Amino acid sequence: MSHPVAERAPHRGGAAKSGYRGTKVRRQRVRAAWLFLAPMLVALALVAGWPLLRTFYFSFTDASLADTGRATLIGFENYLVYDDGAWYGLLTDPVWWTSVWNTVFFSVTSVSLEVVFGVIVALLLNAEFRGRMLVRAAVLIPWAIPTIVSAKMWAWMLNDQFGIINHLLMMLGIIDAPLAWTADADLSMWAVIMVDVWKTIPFVALLVLAALQMLPSDCYEAAEVDGIHPVKVFFRVTLPLITPALMVAVIFRLLDALRVFDVIYVLTSNSTNTMTMSIYARQQLVEFQDVGYGSAASTMLFLIIALITVLYLYLGRRQLGVDQ
Amino acid sequence: MNRTVLRLLKRLGFYALIAVVLFYAIFPFYYAVVTSLKPSSELFRVDFWPSSFDLVNYARILGEKSFVRAILNSILVSFSVVFIALLLGLTASYALGRVRFRGRTSVLLIILGVSMFPQVAVLSGLFEVIRVLDLYNNPAGLVLSYTIFTLPFTVWVLTTFMRQLPQELEEAAIMDGATPWITITRVFLPLMWPAMATTGLLAFIAAWNEFLFALTFTLTDDQRTVPVAIALISGGSQHELPWGPIMAASVTVTVPLVVLVMIFQRRIVSGLTAGAVKG
Repeated sequence: MSHPVAERAPHRGGAAKSGYRGTKVRRQRVRAAWLFLAPMLVALALVAGWPLLRTFYFSFTDASLADTGRATLIGFENYLVYDDGAWYGLLTDPVWWTSVWNTVFFSVTSVSLEVVFGVIVALLLNAEFRGRMLVRAAVLIPWAIPTIVSAKMWAWMLNDQFGIINHLLMMLGIIDAPLAWTADADLSMWAVIMVDVWKTIPFVALLVLAALQMLPSDCYEAAEVDGIHPVKVFFRVTLPLITPALMVAVIFRLLDALRVFDVIYVLTSNSTNTMTMSIYARQQLVEFQDVGYGSAASTMLFLIIALITVLYLYLGRRQLGVDQ
Repeated sequence: MNRTVLRLLKRLGFYALIAVVLFYAIFPFYYAVVTSLKPSSELFRVDFWPSSFDLVNYARILGEKSFVRAILNSILVSFSVVFIALLLGLTASYALGRVRFRGRTSVLLIILGVSMFPQVAVLSGLFEVIRVLDLYNNPAGLVLSYTIFTLPFTVWVLTTFMRQLPQELEEAAIMDGATPWITITRVFLPLMWPAMATTGLLAFIAAWNEFLFALTFTLTDDQRTVPVAIALISGGSQHELPWGPIMAASVTVTVPLVVLVMIFQRRIVSGLTAGAVKG
């Protein structure tokens, strides 16, 4: 993508002398490059690399939050251990598996809904109409609102006794009695999904909109001349063309959704109905002070996300532009 | 005749859809504003329109020392995070965007990998680091921990911008004998301002909204940031939350963000698409 000057410098001007100067400049640049990268790499090592390694290590120990320094290795006991005729450990904990299932269900459902609605909103915003800029700015509002605040706002609207949503639904005759949105086992997951979808549609919509605005107009002119139905044009022309952008949006949202924490923590706290892997891990780590066991859960979450990332990088390497 | 009617209907349907989208996007925030302006006696009557203009909830929230302190902490943390991320991001993006060297692809992949970390995966290790550095229950600890998500993003977006700058500029600088540092500060920095404003804004919003680290790495009311302060506002019991003050606090911390987004929406859109489409 970039063509650094230093590599081309030798071809310019006199032979030997400029060749020497070229390598010198080049070497100086490479040295400077590493020097410039060093602070960032140190920072990342301090807040990401080292802590991650420690988390892996803790997951094989019985460390507790009070004193993480005093930990003894206990092998795989946090994950799985056979003791006195029964299996114990994270992998046998039904609550853990519930939280895995919840995370997967939450991620797949909310990302699917976001993509569908995001594309619809993007198509609307792609049309020419008066006040388009204003609408586009307004659509960004949910994205700008802190997750905690949006969770609180929705918690109030979903309030079982005084919430406006129950009020509306009862006024319209859809329900007879108020629903306990955030407490009911069958509803709370949907309440969480509803809030997450509301907050993240703008992100998907904007990415898709950017892709839509780069589409060539001649395909559409041709389709219009041939009198092809707009719906067909969308599925045959638009959708295939925006698929790369859509895939990027999906992977970003999916990785985000798999580590979801704050919206659920605020809306339903530690309820097992909506417990995700992040909530489970943090509860073990901080509330139960069991750093070893909690780290085992964190490690599992990390491995799942890493697997998905690696798969994506492998499949979509060229799109990322890393190798160009 | 028939065709004009059909077109009119289509047009009407289109605007109806736009109206639905607008309503959906704005209503929750609008309703929070309406609620925040109600005295507690009227709180439990559902109103679609502002029925009263009572600032008692705002007075209560802003009269609380810990909440004001939380706002100050959030401002301090967010600005520091933006400053650090931009400083480290600018130099790193020069190296990654303009210089070809061995290991560049690996560095880019590391950055991409870190940006995909689940925060909870580093929670226990980072907790230890923060305690060793004696930054527990200290906003400085949050500044440090937030670099895990602001730095990769900043570097990534600035690198894509850096690559698009014309090469002749740099050639001229090198011909004049400028060192890389001079090239960055004198040649690129003036051109990078728009990109820096965008990424800085996005980093600011991310830091302002962060919850998990802020909840875990602080303990006392006077060290908290805004999201944690709001999440922990509580009443007598779980079933009688003080919704008026909660909504007032929510509106207070959100209005600046909404205004920023409205003003800079073009930049934000370009930053988000540069960060995501190209990375």
